Amino acid sequence: MADFAKPKGKGRFTSLAFTSLTWLLAGIFFFPIFWMFISGFKSELDANGAPKLFFEPTLEQYRIVTETPPGQLGFWEATTNSFIIVIVSTLIVMMLAVPTAYALTIRPVGKWMEYLFFFISTKFLPIVASILPIYILAKHFDLLSSRRLLIILYMSMNLPLAIWMLRSFFQEVPRELIEAAEIDGANLRSQMVSVILPIVAPGLAATALLCFIFAWNEYFLAVQLNTTGGETVPIWASSVVDERGQFLAKLSAASTLATLPVIVAGWVAQKRMIRGLAMGAIK
Amino acid sequence: MAVVEYKDVSRIYPGSEIPAVNTLNLTVASGELLVLVGPSGSGKSTALRMLAGLEPANEGSIHIDGADVTDFEPQQRDIAMVFQNYALYPQMTVAGNMGFALKQRKVPKAEREAKVLEAARILDLEPYLDRKPKNLSGGQRQRVAMGRAIVREPKVFLMDEPLSNLDAKLRVQTRAELADLQARLGVTTVYVTHDQVEAMTMGHRVAVLKDGFLQQVDAPKELYHRPANRFVAGFIGSPAMNLIPTDRIDGKVTFGSFQVPLDAQTEKALASQPGVAFTVGIRPEHLQLVTSGIPGEVKLLEELGSESYIHVQVQHEDRDQILVVRTDGDATVSRGSTVNVGFNGPVHLFGEDGLRIE
Repeated sequence: MADFAKPKGKGRFTSLAFTSLTWLLAGIFFFPIFWMFISGFKSELDANGAPKLFFEPTLEQYRIVTETPPGQLGFWEATTNSFIIVIVSTLIVMMLAVPTAYALTIRPVGKWMEYLFFFISTKFLPIVASILPIYILAKHFDLLSSRRLLIILYMSMNLPLAIWMLRSFFQEVPRELIEAAEIDGANLRSQMVSVILPIVAPGLAATALLCFIFAWNEYFLAVQLNTTGGETVPIWASSVVDERGQFLAKLSAASTLATLPVIVAGWVAQKRMIRGLAMGAIK
Repeated sequence: MAVVEYKDVSRIYPGSEIPAVNTLNLTVASGELLVLVGPSGSGKSTALRMLAGLEPANEGSIHIDGADVTDFEPQQRDIAMVFQNYALYPQMTVAGNMGFALKQRKVPKAEREAKVLEAARILDLEPYLDRKPKNLSGGQRQRVAMGRAIVREPKVFLMDEPLSNLDAKLRVQTRAELADLQARLGVTTVYVTHDQVEAMTMGHRVAVLKDGFLQQVDAPKELYHRPANRFVAGFIGSPAMNLIPTDRIDGKVTFGSFQVPLDAQTEKALASQPGVAFTVGIRPEHLQLVTSGIPGEVKLLEELGSESYIHVQVQHEDRDQILVVRTDGDATVSRGSTVNVGFNGPVHLFGEDGLRIE
């Protein structure tokens, strides 16, 4: 059996090559983020000069970017806006997507396939093409420059995706488990809460995380439809750049701050996802 | 204690023309363990699922304890079911799984725990009450599934091939335990299996299904000794009954130059049969090797230790016919040798339509 454990000769070389390649690719992807992270602690002089790894770290850039210049969008305001918009829209998405996915998988409604394709078809239209009607509608309903508008838009943007994702997770729920719950006398609510949702919990976490990330990073709609009032973190991050140059360190600091919530959310969701997967459903 | 009745029950799956279960009429007595057996696609699982309420009946009605439950939801039928893959709730402990149904019925916690403990004691599951299903062996999971059914104290147990995921040795052991448990609890049980040995050893009565039709329902012994038709004859018993197509010539059923020995009653019934083509059925233990009989060549020898199955190829009506002969463990023949086969017990006769003649 030891022969299998230790690949010899060619097998060993291949395995080593793949490992190296994986690390190399991971390095290539991670490096810009790493560079952004350390640049945020540099002075503008260091950041804009010849690249160096060792420098005198400073929190100066963080102090500057989190300060609110009078009459401009501040970090705390943008963060508050972003959190409210992203969390509320993601919650609504999940509340709508869970029953929809249930109705498309576990107890499929008639013509469920058509519904499924209708949901995804709403994503066919490029967002640029729909910006003008959205703008006109938003103006008509007096929603411009408000958090409510972005909540509605992000919800519509993420809902089809969430339905499709949750559908695939719901399909994994063994039929017999639901039947067993029915025979055990569980009503629909009880089947959902006690049996189905705990099994799809990792899927719920993954879906919510993706909606969170997409909404958090959304820039185009936010910048087009918000002159004042509902600006989000991406708008703030870009506003840090001014025309006078010498801004790389500041931008790095701002970008790091803008990335943090996504990383934290990812970390929290990952723990959930792993715990969910380790639960080992049926077999 | 409850009586289960199927009255003219049919199930046609959407998109299919042929009923999966066709006008089934069957009564399960109170406290009885009735086994539904048949090959895959025979409708046995569908019949069970209709009783559970997981599948609607297109025609007919199903009654539990006299009450028509045809349109009842599974929740309303007061039944418990053991699934083939156990269907344990993965996120709940053994105790949680077993107590789930009681919790749904709002049974107070103390009473619930007492009942779960009681069931766990019966099934030797006490040390595992706090474990999750994934940390249990196959046999333990099977017992948890049983436990989940018995804490309910339902009117009827439904079991859908509950032993088929166990290995052979454990299956035999669990089979006996299950039959014993059912007898002790005295709960009416409908048990589905494709394994005729399981059916014969466990069932008080066995219902044989094929292509959605009920073929015969009888006590295991009756099923074995008086199969109602050719299908039941071939399906029940291992090794299977020898079924030999044969023609009636001059009012006699013959095998080569041998006249097949029929009892007086069958002889009489045969005389009133209009057809020419019949099937002779004879169980392997009712054949023996003799010094003068039907000559044939040994094609295969299966030695099980306590007994041997000798596959003998004989000539019958100008074609090869294999006869399986069951003898004791000390078979002295070898492959390729020539032997003579003789009749040594009752012969079954089936008409052109496959029905038993007697």
